[in-house]
Amino acid sequence: MPPKSVNQWQIHAHNFPKTFFSETLIDSFAVQLKALVFFAMKKPFLTVKTAIFALLALLSFSAIQPAFASESDTTKAEGFDANKVIIHDVLDDHIWHFWDGHYGTLYLPVIVHSAERGLEVFSSHNFYDEHHNAVEYNGYKLEHSHITLNGQPVLDLSITKNVAMLLINATLLLVILLSVARAYKKNAGKAPKGIQSFFEPIIVFVRDEVVKPNIGHHYEKYLPYLLTLFFFILFGNLLGLLPGAGNLTGNIAVTLTLAVFTFLITNFSGNASYWGHIFWTPGVPLPLRPIILLVEVIGIFTKPISLTVRLFVAITAGHIVLLSLISLAFIFQSVAVGAVSSLIVLFISLIELLVAGIQAYVFTLFTALYIGMATKEHDHH
Amino acid sequence: MELLTPGTGLIIWQAIIFIALFFLLSKLAWKPIVASLKEREESIQSALDAAEKAKIEMASLKSDNEKLLKEAREERDKILREAREAANRFHDEARAAAKKNADRIIEDAKAVIHTEKAASLRDVKAQVAMFSLNIAEKLIKKNLSDDKAQKELTDAFIKDLKLN
Repeated sequence: MPPKSVNQWQIHAHNFPKTFFSETLIDSFAVQLKALVFFAMKKPFLTVKTAIFALLALLSFSAIQPAFASESDTTKAEGFDANKVIIHDVLDDHIWHFWDGHYGTLYLPVIVHSAERGLEVFSSHNFYDEHHNAVEYNGYKLEHSHITLNGQPVLDLSITKNVAMLLINATLLLVILLSVARAYKKNAGKAPKGIQSFFEPIIVFVRDEVVKPNIGHHYEKYLPYLLTLFFFILFGNLLGLLPGAGNLTGNIAVTLTLAVFTFLITNFSGNASYWGHIFWTPGVPLPLRPIILLVEVIGIFTKPISLTVRLFVAITAGHIVLLSLISLAFIFQSVAVGAVSSLIVLFISLIELLVAGIQAYVFTLFTALYIGMATKEHDHH
Repeated sequence: MELLTPGTGLIIWQAIIFIALFFLLSKLAWKPIVASLKEREESIQSALDAAEKAKIEMASLKSDNEKLLKEAREERDKILREAREAANRFHDEARAAAKKNADRIIEDAKAVIHTEKAASLRDVKAQVAMFSLNIAEKLIKKNLSDDKAQKELTDAFIKDLKLN
Protein backbone atom coordinates (compact mmCIF):
# COMPACT_ATOMS: atom_id res chain seq x y z
CA MET A 1 0.00 0.00 0.00
CA PRO A 2 1.27 3.55 -0.60
CA PRO A 3 2.75 5.42 2.36
CA LYS A 4 -0.04 8.01 2.34
CA SER A 5 -2.73 5.49 3.13
CA VAL A 6 -0.51 4.06 5.88
CA ASN A 7 -0.51 7.41 7.56
CA GLN A 8 -4.24 7.71 7.11
CA TRP A 9 -4.66 4.41 8.88
CA GLN A 10 -2.48 5.55 11.70
CA ILE A 11 -4.34 8.81 12.05
CA HIS A 12 -7.55 6.89 11.99
CA ALA A 13 -6.27 4.80 14.89
CA HIS A 14 -5.35 7.94 16.81
CA ASN A 15 -8.83 9.32 16.51
CA PHE A 16 -10.00 6.68 18.93
CA PRO A 17 -7.61 6.91 21.86
CA LYS A 18 -10.18 5.61 24.33
CA THR A 19 -10.76 2.39 22.45
CA PHE A 20 -7.08 2.00 21.59
CA PHE A 21 -6.21 -0.47 24.30
CA SER A 22 -9.17 -2.73 23.83
CA GLU A 23 -8.55 -2.60 20.09
CA THR A 24 -4.94 -3.70 20.45
CA LEU A 25 -6.05 -6.39 22.84
CA ILE A 26 -8.40 -7.76 20.25
CA ASP A 27 -5.58 -7.43 17.73
CA SER A 28 -3.27 -9.56 19.80
CA PHE A 29 -6.02 -12.15 20.04
CA ALA A 30 -6.58 -11.95 16.30
CA VAL A 31 -2.86 -12.34 15.76
CA GLN A 32 -2.93 -15.63 17.64
CA LEU A 33 -5.82 -16.86 15.53
CA LYS A 34 -4.02 -15.80 12.37
CA ALA A 35 -0.93 -17.61 13.54
CA LEU A 36 -3.00 -20.73 13.95
CA VAL A 37 -4.63 -20.36 10.54
CA PHE A 38 -1.38 -19.59 8.72
CA PHE A 39 0.54 -22.37 10.35
CA ALA A 40 -2.21 -24.85 9.71
CA MET A 41 -2.30 -23.80 6.08
CA LYS A 42 1.39 -23.76 5.39
CA LYS A 43 3.16 -26.18 7.67
CA PRO A 44 1.11 -29.13 8.87
CA PHE A 45 3.92 -30.42 11.08
CA LEU A 46 3.89 -27.22 13.09
CA THR A 47 0.26 -27.47 14.05
CA VAL A 48 0.90 -29.07 17.45
CA LYS A 49 3.20 -26.23 18.42
CA THR A 50 0.73 -23.71 17.03
CA ALA A 51 -2.06 -25.33 18.95
CA ILE A 52 -0.06 -24.94 22.17
CA PHE A 53 0.62 -21.34 21.25
CA ALA A 54 -2.98 -20.60 20.50
CA LEU A 55 -4.10 -22.29 23.70
CA LEU A 56 -1.64 -20.33 25.81
CA ALA A 57 -2.56 -17.16 23.99
CA LEU A 58 -6.22 -17.78 24.70
CA LEU A 59 -5.43 -18.53 28.34
CA SER A 60 -3.37 -15.38 28.64
CA PHE A 61 -6.07 -13.44 26.88
CA SER A 62 -8.77 -14.67 29.20
CA ALA A 63 -6.46 -14.19 32.18
CA ILE A 64 -5.84 -10.57 31.32
CA GLN A 65 -9.40 -9.95 30.27
CA PRO A 66 -10.87 -9.60 33.77
CA ALA A 67 -8.13 -7.14 34.63
CA PHE A 68 -9.16 -4.99 31.71
CA ALA A 69 -12.84 -5.41 32.20
CA SER A 70 -12.56 -2.98 35.04
CA GLU A 71 -9.68 -1.13 33.47
CA SER A 72 -10.64 2.31 34.70
CA ASP A 73 -10.55 1.53 38.40
CA THR A 74 -8.46 -1.60 39.12
CA THR A 75 -5.42 -1.95 36.81
CA LYS A 76 -4.65 1.71 36.68
CA ALA A 77 -5.09 2.08 40.40
CA GLU A 78 -2.57 -0.71 40.91
CA GLY A 79 -0.17 1.10 38.59
CA PHE A 80 0.21 -1.83 36.20
CA ASP A 81 -1.38 -2.00 32.79
CA ALA A 82 -0.44 -5.37 31.28
CA ASN A 83 -1.91 -4.57 27.90
CA LYS A 84 0.02 -1.34 27.64
CA VAL A 85 3.25 -3.00 28.76
CA ILE A 86 2.92 -5.88 26.31
CA ILE A 87 1.89 -3.80 23.30
CA HIS A 88 4.52 -1.23 24.13
CA ASP A 89 7.16 -3.94 24.20
CA VAL A 90 6.28 -5.53 20.86
CA LEU A 91 5.87 -2.19 19.08
CA ASP A 92 8.54 0.10 17.72
CA ASP A 93 9.38 3.24 19.72
CA HIS A 94 11.41 6.42 19.50
CA ILE A 95 13.00 5.75 22.89
CA TRP A 96 14.61 2.55 24.15
CA HIS A 97 13.19 1.91 27.56
CA PHE A 98 15.13 -0.59 29.68
CA TRP A 99 13.91 0.14 33.18
CA ASP A 100 12.10 2.90 35.06
CA GLY A 101 14.22 5.65 36.51
CA HIS A 102 16.54 8.36 35.44
CA TYR A 103 19.11 6.27 33.48
CA GLY A 104 16.83 3.47 32.34
CA THR A 105 15.87 5.01 29.03
CA LEU A 106 17.99 5.50 25.91
CA TYR A 107 16.76 8.52 23.94
CA LEU A 108 17.28 7.70 20.29
CA PRO A 109 17.80 10.32 17.57
CA VAL A 110 14.78 11.58 15.68
CA ILE A 111 15.17 12.24 11.95
CA VAL A 112 12.16 13.82 10.28
CA HIS A 113 11.53 15.25 6.87
CA SER A 114 8.66 17.53 5.94
CA ALA A 115 7.94 19.77 2.99
CA GLU A 116 7.59 22.68 5.40
CA ARG A 117 10.84 22.34 7.39
CA GLY A 118 13.02 20.00 5.33
CA LEU A 119 15.23 17.47 7.11
CA GLU A 120 15.62 17.87 10.86
CA VAL A 121 17.58 15.78 13.38
CA PHE A 122 17.18 16.04 17.18
CA SER A 123 17.06 13.81 20.25
CA SER A 124 13.83 12.14 21.22
CA HIS A 125 14.54 13.43 24.73
CA ASN A 126 13.01 16.69 23.53
CA PHE A 127 9.61 15.05 23.52
CA TYR A 128 9.75 14.41 27.27
CA ASP A 129 10.04 16.73 30.24
CA GLU A 130 11.79 15.90 33.55
CA HIS A 131 8.80 13.86 34.72
CA HIS A 132 8.68 11.81 31.52
CA ASN A 133 5.54 13.52 30.35
CA ALA A 134 5.03 13.96 26.63
CA VAL A 135 5.63 17.51 25.43
CA GLU A 136 5.68 19.18 22.04
CA TYR A 137 9.00 20.20 20.59
CA ASN A 138 9.37 22.97 18.03
CA GLY A 139 5.94 22.26 16.61
CA TYR A 140 6.61 18.49 16.41
CA LYS A 141 4.40 16.23 18.45
CA LEU A 142 5.09 12.57 19.32
CA GLU A 143 1.91 10.67 19.88
CA HIS A 144 1.66 6.86 19.96
CA SER A 145 5.04 6.60 18.23
CA HIS A 146 3.96 8.91 15.40
CA ILE A 147 5.45 12.31 14.87
CA THR A 148 3.29 15.09 13.47
CA LEU A 149 4.22 18.66 12.62
CA ASN A 150 1.39 21.03 13.52
CA GLY A 151 -1.05 18.17 13.03
CA GLN A 152 0.39 17.18 9.64
CA PRO A 153 2.14 13.80 9.17
CA VAL A 154 5.88 13.92 8.42
CA LEU A 155 8.30 11.42 6.90
CA ASP A 156 9.80 9.83 9.99
CA LEU A 157 13.28 8.39 9.37
CA SER A 158 14.19 8.27 13.07
CA ILE A 159 16.60 5.74 14.50
CA THR A 160 13.83 4.01 16.40
CA LYS A 161 14.29 1.02 18.70
CA ASN A 162 13.85 -1.35 15.77
CA VAL A 163 16.19 0.61 13.51
CA ALA A 164 18.77 0.43 16.30
CA MET A 165 18.12 -3.32 16.55
CA LEU A 166 18.45 -3.53 12.79
CA LEU A 167 21.85 -1.83 12.94
CA ILE A 168 22.97 -4.06 15.82
CA ASN A 169 21.77 -7.13 13.91
CA ALA A 170 23.55 -6.06 10.70
CA THR A 171 26.77 -5.22 12.57
CA LEU A 172 26.72 -8.52 14.43
CA LEU A 173 26.13 -10.42 11.18
CA LEU A 174 28.95 -8.59 9.46
CA VAL A 175 31.41 -9.09 12.33
CA ILE A 176 30.62 -12.78 12.80
CA LEU A 177 30.27 -13.79 9.16
CA LEU A 178 33.33 -11.84 8.04
CA SER A 179 35.39 -13.58 10.72
CA VAL A 180 33.99 -16.89 9.45
CA ALA A 181 35.01 -15.89 5.92
CA ARG A 182 38.48 -14.95 7.19
CA ALA A 183 38.80 -18.36 8.81
CA TYR A 184 38.10 -19.93 5.41
CA LYS A 185 40.89 -17.92 3.85
CA LYS A 186 43.27 -18.69 6.72
CA ASN A 187 42.45 -22.39 6.91
CA ALA A 188 42.30 -22.89 3.16
CA GLY A 189 42.55 -26.59 2.39
CA LYS A 190 42.37 -27.51 6.08
CA ALA A 191 39.63 -28.82 8.35
CA PRO A 192 37.35 -26.08 9.75
CA LYS A 193 37.86 -24.97 13.33
CA GLY A 194 36.47 -22.55 15.90
CA ILE A 195 33.60 -20.29 14.84
CA GLN A 196 34.00 -21.63 11.31
CA SER A 197 32.96 -25.14 12.37
CA PHE A 198 29.91 -23.71 14.14
CA PHE A 199 28.61 -21.85 11.09
CA GLU A 200 29.69 -24.28 8.39
CA PRO A 201 26.97 -26.88 9.08
CA ILE A 202 24.31 -24.14 9.08
CA ILE A 203 25.56 -22.70 5.79
CA VAL A 204 25.81 -26.19 4.27
CA PHE A 205 22.32 -27.00 5.59
CA VAL A 206 20.83 -23.91 3.95
CA ARG A 207 22.67 -24.67 0.72
CA ASP A 208 22.00 -28.41 0.52
CA GLU A 209 18.63 -28.79 2.23
CA VAL A 210 16.89 -25.51 1.45
CA VAL A 211 18.34 -23.91 -1.68
CA LYS A 212 19.60 -26.78 -3.86
CA PRO A 213 16.53 -29.05 -3.75
CA ASN A 214 14.11 -26.19 -4.37
CA ILE A 215 15.92 -24.13 -7.00
CA GLY A 216 17.93 -26.77 -8.84
CA HIS A 217 21.21 -26.61 -10.72
CA HIS A 218 21.32 -22.79 -11.11
CA TYR A 219 20.97 -22.29 -7.35
CA GLU A 220 24.30 -20.51 -6.92
CA LYS A 221 22.93 -17.25 -8.30
CA TYR A 222 20.36 -17.05 -5.49
CA LEU A 223 22.46 -18.55 -2.69
CA PRO A 224 23.91 -15.23 -1.35
CA TYR A 225 20.43 -13.70 -1.03
CA LEU A 226 18.97 -16.77 0.67
CA LEU A 227 21.91 -17.10 3.06
CA THR A 228 21.68 -13.41 3.97
CA LEU A 229 17.94 -13.77 4.47
CA PHE A 230 18.31 -16.86 6.64
CA PHE A 231 21.00 -15.41 8.91
CA PHE A 232 19.29 -12.00 9.10
CA ILE A 233 16.04 -13.58 10.30
CA LEU A 234 17.78 -16.10 12.57
CA PHE A 235 19.90 -13.45 14.27
CA GLY A 236 16.95 -11.05 14.42
CA ASN A 237 14.75 -13.70 16.03
CA LEU A 238 17.41 -14.65 18.57
CA LEU A 239 18.32 -11.04 19.41
CA GLY A 240 14.61 -10.30 19.86
CA LEU A 241 14.47 -12.89 22.64
CA LEU A 242 17.07 -11.04 24.71
CA PRO A 243 15.66 -9.06 27.63
CA GLY A 244 15.09 -5.44 26.71
CA ALA A 245 15.63 -6.09 23.01
CA GLY A 246 13.39 -4.68 20.33
CA ASN A 247 10.97 -6.92 18.45
CA LEU A 248 12.73 -6.62 15.08
CA THR A 249 11.59 -9.66 13.10
CA GLY A 250 8.19 -9.42 14.78
CA ASN A 251 7.64 -6.04 13.17
CA ILE A 252 5.44 -6.12 10.10
CA ALA A 253 7.51 -3.42 8.34
CA VAL A 254 10.61 -5.62 8.53
CA THR A 255 8.89 -8.81 7.41
CA LEU A 256 7.04 -6.92 4.68
CA THR A 257 10.29 -5.49 3.30
CA LEU A 258 11.92 -8.93 3.26
CA ALA A 259 8.85 -10.44 1.58
CA VAL A 260 8.88 -7.66 -1.04
CA PHE A 261 12.52 -8.49 -1.84
CA THR A 262 11.55 -12.12 -2.30
CA PHE A 263 8.57 -11.02 -4.41
CA LEU A 264 10.79 -8.87 -6.65
CA ILE A 265 13.48 -11.53 -7.05
CA THR A 266 10.89 -14.23 -7.76
CA ASN A 267 9.05 -12.26 -10.41
CA PHE A 268 12.12 -10.75 -12.04
CA SER A 269 13.70 -14.17 -12.41
CA GLY A 270 10.43 -15.72 -13.61
CA ASN A 271 10.95 -17.39 -16.98
CA ALA A 272 8.56 -17.73 -19.91
CA SER A 273 7.19 -20.96 -18.55
CA TYR A 274 6.39 -19.30 -15.19
CA TRP A 275 4.47 -16.44 -16.79
CA GLY A 276 2.93 -18.83 -19.28
CA HIS A 277 1.55 -20.90 -16.41
CA ILE A 278 0.11 -17.77 -14.82
CA PHE A 279 -1.46 -16.08 -17.84
CA TRP A 280 -2.41 -19.04 -20.01
CA THR A 281 -2.21 -22.15 -17.89
CA PRO A 282 -1.57 -25.15 -20.13
CA GLY A 283 -3.58 -28.32 -19.70
CA VAL A 284 -6.67 -26.47 -18.43
CA PRO A 285 -9.93 -26.37 -20.45
CA LEU A 286 -10.26 -23.08 -22.32
CA PRO A 287 -13.34 -21.72 -20.48
CA LEU A 288 -11.58 -22.21 -17.15
CA ARG A 289 -8.44 -20.36 -18.16
CA PRO A 290 -9.65 -16.82 -17.29
CA ILE A 291 -10.65 -18.06 -13.83
CA ILE A 292 -7.28 -19.74 -13.37
CA LEU A 293 -5.65 -16.52 -14.56
CA LEU A 294 -7.40 -14.61 -11.78
CA VAL A 295 -6.38 -17.21 -9.20
CA GLU A 296 -2.77 -17.21 -10.43
CA VAL A 297 -2.53 -13.42 -10.37
CA ILE A 298 -3.88 -13.36 -6.82
CA GLY A 299 -1.37 -16.13 -6.07
CA ILE A 300 1.55 -13.88 -7.06
CA PHE A 301 0.57 -11.51 -4.28
CA THR A 302 -0.56 -13.99 -1.62
CA LYS A 303 2.96 -15.46 -1.56
CA PRO A 304 4.69 -12.33 -0.15
CA ILE A 305 1.69 -11.61 2.07
CA SER A 306 1.88 -15.06 3.62
CA LEU A 307 5.64 -14.62 4.12
CA THR A 308 5.08 -11.22 5.76
CA VAL A 309 2.37 -12.36 8.10
CA ARG A 310 3.86 -15.75 9.00
CA LEU A 311 7.13 -14.39 10.37
CA PHE A 312 5.52 -11.34 11.97
CA VAL A 313 2.83 -13.40 13.65
CA ALA A 314 5.11 -16.19 14.84
CA ILE A 315 7.57 -13.84 16.52
CA THR A 316 5.08 -11.29 17.85
CA ALA A 317 2.76 -13.99 19.14
CA GLY A 318 5.67 -15.57 20.99
CA HIS A 319 6.55 -12.26 22.60
CA ILE A 320 2.95 -11.61 23.57
CA VAL A 321 2.62 -15.07 25.13
CA LEU A 322 5.84 -14.60 27.13
CA LEU A 323 4.90 -11.13 28.31
CA SER A 324 1.34 -12.17 29.14
CA LEU A 325 2.64 -14.99 31.33
CA ILE A 326 5.08 -12.65 33.06
CA SER A 327 2.29 -10.10 33.54
CA LEU A 328 0.19 -12.66 35.43
CA ALA A 329 2.46 -12.27 38.43
CA PHE A 330 1.88 -8.50 38.49
CA ILE A 331 -1.84 -8.72 37.84
CA PHE A 332 -2.45 -11.22 40.63
CA GLN A 333 0.34 -9.74 42.77
CA SER A 334 1.11 -13.23 43.96
CA VAL A 335 4.47 -14.96 44.41
CA ALA A 336 2.90 -18.35 43.73
CA VAL A 337 1.47 -17.24 40.40
CA GLY A 338 4.84 -15.66 39.62
CA ALA A 339 6.69 -18.90 40.32
CA VAL A 340 4.33 -20.97 38.17
CA SER A 341 4.27 -18.46 35.33
CA SER A 342 8.08 -18.21 35.44
CA LEU A 343 8.31 -21.95 34.92
CA ILE A 344 5.93 -21.74 31.97
CA VAL A 345 7.90 -18.73 30.65
CA LEU A 346 11.08 -20.81 30.79
CA PHE A 347 9.38 -23.58 28.82
CA ILE A 348 7.92 -21.15 26.26
CA SER A 349 11.30 -19.44 25.95
CA LEU A 350 12.83 -22.76 24.93
CA ILE A 351 10.09 -23.16 22.35
CA GLU A 352 10.82 -19.60 21.21
CA LEU A 353 14.44 -20.56 20.58
CA LEU A 354 13.16 -23.38 18.41
CA VAL A 355 10.71 -21.03 16.69
CA ALA A 356 13.55 -18.57 15.99
CA GLY A 357 15.32 -21.27 13.96
CA ILE A 358 12.17 -22.69 12.39
CA GLN A 359 10.90 -19.31 11.22
CA ALA A 360 14.25 -18.41 9.67
CA TYR A 361 14.21 -21.81 7.96
CA VAL A 362 10.60 -21.51 6.82
CA PHE A 363 11.02 -17.99 5.37
CA THR A 364 14.14 -19.09 3.49
CA LEU A 365 12.53 -22.36 2.41
CA PHE A 366 9.47 -20.62 0.95
CA THR A 367 11.62 -17.98 -0.75
CA ALA A 368 13.70 -20.76 -2.33
CA LEU A 369 10.52 -22.60 -3.27
CA TYR A 370 9.00 -19.53 -4.95
CA ILE A 371 12.23 -18.79 -6.84
CA GLY A 372 12.44 -22.45 -7.82
CA MET A 373 8.85 -22.39 -9.10
CA ALA A 374 9.55 -19.24 -11.13
CA THR A 375 12.75 -20.53 -12.71
CA LYS A 376 11.89 -24.20 -13.23
CA GLU A 377 12.21 -25.45 -16.79
CA HIS A 378 9.03 -27.25 -17.81
CA ASP A 379 9.79 -29.90 -20.35
CA HIS A 380 6.21 -31.16 -20.65
CA HIS A 381 3.16 -29.72 -22.55
CA MET B 1 -4.11 -1.46 14.84
CA GLU B 2 -0.59 -0.10 15.12
CA LEU B 3 0.80 -3.61 15.27
CA LEU B 4 -0.43 -4.29 11.75
CA THR B 5 0.54 -1.00 10.09
CA PRO B 6 4.08 -1.02 8.78
CA GLY B 7 6.00 2.17 9.60
CA THR B 8 7.38 3.97 6.55
CA GLY B 9 10.66 4.90 8.24
CA LEU B 10 11.37 1.35 9.33
CA ILE B 11 10.61 0.03 5.82
CA ILE B 12 13.11 2.50 4.34
CA TRP B 13 15.79 1.67 6.93
CA GLN B 14 15.16 -2.06 6.59
CA ALA B 15 15.44 -1.86 2.79
CA ILE B 16 18.64 0.20 2.87
CA ILE B 17 20.34 -1.83 5.58
CA PHE B 18 19.28 -5.18 4.19
CA ILE B 19 20.47 -4.32 0.67
CA ALA B 20 23.78 -3.02 2.07
CA LEU B 21 24.11 -6.12 4.22
CA PHE B 22 23.32 -8.32 1.24
CA PHE B 23 26.01 -6.74 -0.93
CA LEU B 24 28.62 -6.68 1.83
CA LEU B 25 27.97 -10.27 2.89
CA SER B 26 27.75 -11.51 -0.71
CA LYS B 27 31.09 -10.03 -1.60
CA LEU B 28 33.00 -10.43 1.66
CA ALA B 29 31.45 -13.50 3.27
CA TRP B 30 29.35 -15.74 1.03
CA LYS B 31 31.64 -15.60 -1.99
CA PRO B 32 34.79 -16.86 -0.18
CA ILE B 33 32.82 -19.22 2.08
CA VAL B 34 30.83 -20.85 -0.71
CA ALA B 35 33.91 -21.00 -2.95
CA SER B 36 36.03 -22.64 -0.23
CA LEU B 37 33.27 -25.10 0.60
CA LYS B 38 32.96 -26.02 -3.05
CA GLU B 39 36.72 -26.26 -3.45
CA ARG B 40 37.02 -28.49 -0.40
CA GLU B 41 34.16 -30.69 -1.55
CA GLU B 42 35.75 -31.01 -4.96
CA SER B 43 39.15 -31.85 -3.46
CA ILE B 44 37.54 -34.49 -1.23
CA GLN B 45 35.64 -35.86 -4.21
CA SER B 46 38.76 -35.97 -6.38
CA ALA B 47 40.70 -37.68 -3.56
CA LEU B 48 37.93 -40.26 -3.26
CA ASP B 49 37.87 -40.71 -7.03
CA ALA B 50 41.65 -41.15 -7.10
CA ALA B 51 41.44 -43.73 -4.32
CA GLU B 52 38.71 -45.57 -6.21
CA LYS B 53 40.78 -45.47 -9.38
CA ALA B 54 43.85 -46.75 -7.52
CA LYS B 55 41.74 -49.55 -6.09
CA ILE B 56 40.55 -50.54 -9.56
CA GLU B 57 44.13 -50.38 -10.85
CA MET B 58 45.32 -52.53 -8.00
CA ALA B 59 42.61 -55.05 -8.74
CA SER B 60 43.52 -55.15 -12.42
CA LEU B 61 47.19 -55.46 -11.49
CA LYS B 62 46.35 -58.29 -9.16
CA SER B 63 44.34 -60.06 -11.81
CA ASP B 64 47.21 -59.56 -14.26
CA ASN B 65 49.59 -61.08 -11.75
CA GLU B 66 47.26 -63.97 -11.20
CA LYS B 67 47.01 -64.49 -14.92
CA LEU B 68 50.80 -64.47 -15.27
CA LEU B 69 51.12 -66.84 -12.36
CA LYS B 70 48.56 -69.16 -13.87
CA GLU B 71 50.37 -69.10 -17.21
CA ALA B 72 53.69 -69.76 -15.52
CA ARG B 73 52.16 -72.66 -13.63
CA GLU B 74 50.77 -74.09 -16.85
CA GLU B 75 54.14 -73.64 -18.54
CA ARG B 76 55.85 -75.42 -15.69
CA ASP B 77 53.37 -78.30 -15.84
CA LYS B 78 53.88 -78.58 -19.58
CA ILE B 79 57.66 -78.63 -19.24
CA LEU B 80 57.49 -81.21 -16.49
CA ARG B 81 55.13 -83.37 -18.49
CA GLU B 82 57.36 -83.17 -21.54
CA ALA B 83 60.46 -83.88 -19.47
CA ARG B 84 58.76 -86.88 -17.92
CA GLU B 85 57.76 -88.15 -21.33
CA ALA B 86 61.27 -87.61 -22.67
CA ALA B 87 62.75 -89.40 -19.71
CA ASN B 88 60.38 -92.30 -20.17
CA ARG B 89 61.17 -92.44 -23.85
CA PHE B 90 64.93 -92.40 -23.16
CA HIS B 91 64.46 -95.03 -20.53
CA ASP B 92 62.52 -97.29 -22.86
CA GLU B 93 64.96 -96.74 -25.70
CA ALA B 94 67.91 -97.45 -23.43
CA ARG B 95 66.25 -100.59 -22.19
CA ALA B 96 65.51 -101.75 -25.70
CA ALA B 97 69.09 -101.03 -26.78
CA ALA B 98 70.50 -102.80 -23.75
CA LYS B 99 68.30 -105.79 -24.40
CA LYS B 100 69.34 -105.86 -28.00
CA ASN B 101 72.99 -105.67 -26.97
CA ALA B 102 72.61 -108.39 -24.41
CA ASP B 103 70.81 -110.56 -26.95
CA ARG B 104 73.55 -109.99 -29.45
CA ILE B 105 76.22 -110.83 -26.84
CA ILE B 106 74.32 -113.97 -25.90
CA GLU B 107 74.02 -114.92 -29.56
CA ASP B 108 77.68 -114.26 -30.09
CA ALA B 109 78.57 -116.26 -26.99
CA LYS B 110 76.35 -119.07 -28.16
CA ALA B 111 78.03 -119.03 -31.57
CA VAL B 112 81.45 -119.00 -29.95
CA ILE B 113 80.45 -121.80 -27.59
CA HIS B 114 79.11 -123.75 -30.55
CA THR B 115 82.30 -123.36 -32.63
CA GLU B 116 84.45 -124.01 -29.54
CA LYS B 117 82.41 -127.08 -28.82
CA ALA B 118 82.74 -128.28 -32.41
CA ALA B 119 86.49 -127.64 -32.31
CA SER B 120 86.77 -129.45 -28.98
CA LEU B 121 84.85 -132.40 -30.36
CA ARG B 122 87.05 -132.42 -33.36
CA ASP B 123 90.11 -132.42 -31.04
CA VAL B 124 88.61 -135.11 -28.88
CA LYS B 125 87.83 -137.25 -31.94
CA ALA B 126 91.39 -136.84 -33.13
CA GLN B 127 92.70 -137.66 -29.64
CA VAL B 128 90.40 -140.66 -29.41
CA ALA B 129 91.54 -141.78 -32.79
CA MET B 130 95.15 -141.33 -31.60
CA PHE B 131 94.36 -143.19 -28.39
CA SER B 132 92.65 -145.97 -30.36
CA LEU B 133 95.60 -146.23 -32.69
CA ASN B 134 97.91 -146.28 -29.68
CA ILE B 135 95.81 -148.96 -27.98
CA ALA B 136 95.51 -150.88 -31.16
CA GLU B 137 99.27 -150.63 -31.66
CA LYS B 138 99.89 -151.83 -28.12
CA LEU B 139 97.40 -154.67 -28.51
CA ILE B 140 98.83 -155.69 -31.77
CA LYS B 141 102.31 -155.58 -30.33
CA LYS B 142 101.48 -157.40 -27.13
CA ASN B 143 98.84 -160.06 -27.82
CA LEU B 144 97.53 -161.18 -31.07
CA SER B 145 97.01 -164.76 -30.10
CA ASP B 146 93.36 -164.87 -29.48
CA ASP B 147 91.61 -163.66 -32.62
CA LYS B 148 88.20 -163.82 -31.14
CA ALA B 149 89.05 -161.77 -28.09
CA GLN B 150 90.84 -159.29 -30.30
CA LYS B 151 87.91 -158.91 -32.54
CA GLU B 152 85.56 -158.31 -29.62
CA LEU B 153 87.79 -155.70 -28.19
CA THR B 154 88.08 -153.85 -31.48
CA ASP B 155 84.30 -153.87 -31.89
CA ALA B 156 83.82 -152.51 -28.41
CA PHE B 157 86.18 -149.64 -29.18
CA ILE B 158 84.46 -148.85 -32.38
CA LYS B 159 81.07 -148.92 -30.69
CA ASP B 160 82.19 -146.53 -28.06
CA LEU B 161 83.56 -144.23 -30.72
CA LYS B 162 80.25 -144.19 -32.55
CA LEU B 163 78.37 -143.36 -29.41
CA ASN B 164 80.40 -140.26 -29.05
